[in-house]
Amino acid sequence: MANEGTTNVIFRVRRYDPDRDAAPYYQDFTVPVPPGMVVLEGLWYIKEHMDATLSWRVSCRMGVCGSCGMLINGSPTLACNTQIHDVARDGLLMVAPLPNFDIIRDLVPDLGPLFDRHSHLMPFIVREDHDEMQEPSDQYWQSADDLLEYLQFTYCIKCGCCMAACPTFATDPTYSGPQPLAQAYRYMIDSRDGAFEERKAILAGEAGPWRCHYAGECSAVCPKGVDPARAIQLMKRELVLDYLRLGKLRRRKPAGVLPPEKKRGRREGIPEHPPFTVEGAG
Amino acid sequence: MPEVKRYPNRLGIKGWFGGGRWGVERYLYTLHRLTGLGLLTYFLMHIVVTSRRALGAESWTAAMATVGAPIFKVGEYLVFVAFAFHAFNGLRLVLVELGVLTGRPEEPVYPYESSLDVQRPFMVVMMIAAAVVMLLGGYEFFFMAH
Repeated sequence: MANEGTTNVIFRVRRYDPDRDAAPYYQDFTVPVPPGMVVLEGLWYIKEHMDATLSWRVSCRMGVCGSCGMLINGSPTLACNTQIHDVARDGLLMVAPLPNFDIIRDLVPDLGPLFDRHSHLMPFIVREDHDEMQEPSDQYWQSADDLLEYLQFTYCIKCGCCMAACPTFATDPTYSGPQPLAQAYRYMIDSRDGAFEERKAILAGEAGPWRCHYAGECSAVCPKGVDPARAIQLMKRELVLDYLRLGKLRRRKPAGVLPPEKKRGRREGIPEHPPFTVEGAG
Repeated sequence: MPEVKRYPNRLGIKGWFGGGRWGVERYLYTLHRLTGLGLLTYFLMHIVVTSRRALGAESWTAAMATVGAPIFKVGEYLVFVAFAFHAFNGLRLVLVELGVLTGRPEEPVYPYESSLDVQRPFMVVMMIAAAVVMLLGGYEFFFMAH
């Protein structure tokens, strides 16, 4: 039953079946769209009522998993938190897979190159005291200001929207792209990390931040407000300061475990957790 | 595991120009590249033209007669326009890329504000400055006697 305010919107979806098609093409579907309906629900409507072969990637449906990134009316974004009436123009909605990634099928991009680049730039904390890192004797000491240096960049959900929007990544396959570089900075600036020299060696080459010239599109399209462009510019600043022997990172010792005098007991008024419902948990 | 067939979908040069819903900084990025390539082309042409001097007076006079045509005067002004844009936008980029105009990281709270918002007032000032220099240059090029 149609709700009040329901209007028909034409979904112009880019289709590609690797077993059948030589090249992608567009196919139109007319979808009744009530107020508040998101693009992902429109795609489900098509799959359930019109064409069961339409393919895309989806998991959480609430902007957390980063699976449903796609190009919606020319802008890379998540289908699950984009309302159709906000972006449709003259009753038309163009839906295509994220550009700059190969298409596997219909709206499914191959995000493999993103994850390869991401892992190449060491997205983890590295310390010399390997045994301590594997089995920490206590929590590492980090101030609230230290945390704020990288907290914004931890919200990345690896949806690939920033890579799809980056004009440098569009022409230069050797460039790492905004997502891996933002995550490299997130770990580089983390006060618990001790691998600045190793990271610097990787970032000095073509994989590094120097091909970024601040088109800023990665930050504009990021559905989580991560601002990769800011991370990349701050990374450049640290690398330039290091080159001038003015940087703090080369002299920084990774944060140690919390000293006893800094330890605080449990704050008053915080209740104990309820009993575990699974045997052996905790 | 069987090989999965993929269709290449990299935007290439089209990615510089976007799909029409991009921010102003992306167009500045594209203009910066295009003006940079234009200035490089001008420098190469400049070397070719001035090298004619080494070929003798006759060759030099012929080259000067060619580049003295009105179309070259307009072209020379376009080079100046490209220079003015490239210089002022380049100044903005230097300050942004050194982290001066990006602001500090902050916890993302919706509606998100990014480093683009931090540097935008300076970007507007730089573009106004570039426009003023272009206009003054145009007056000098076309209305003042040489």
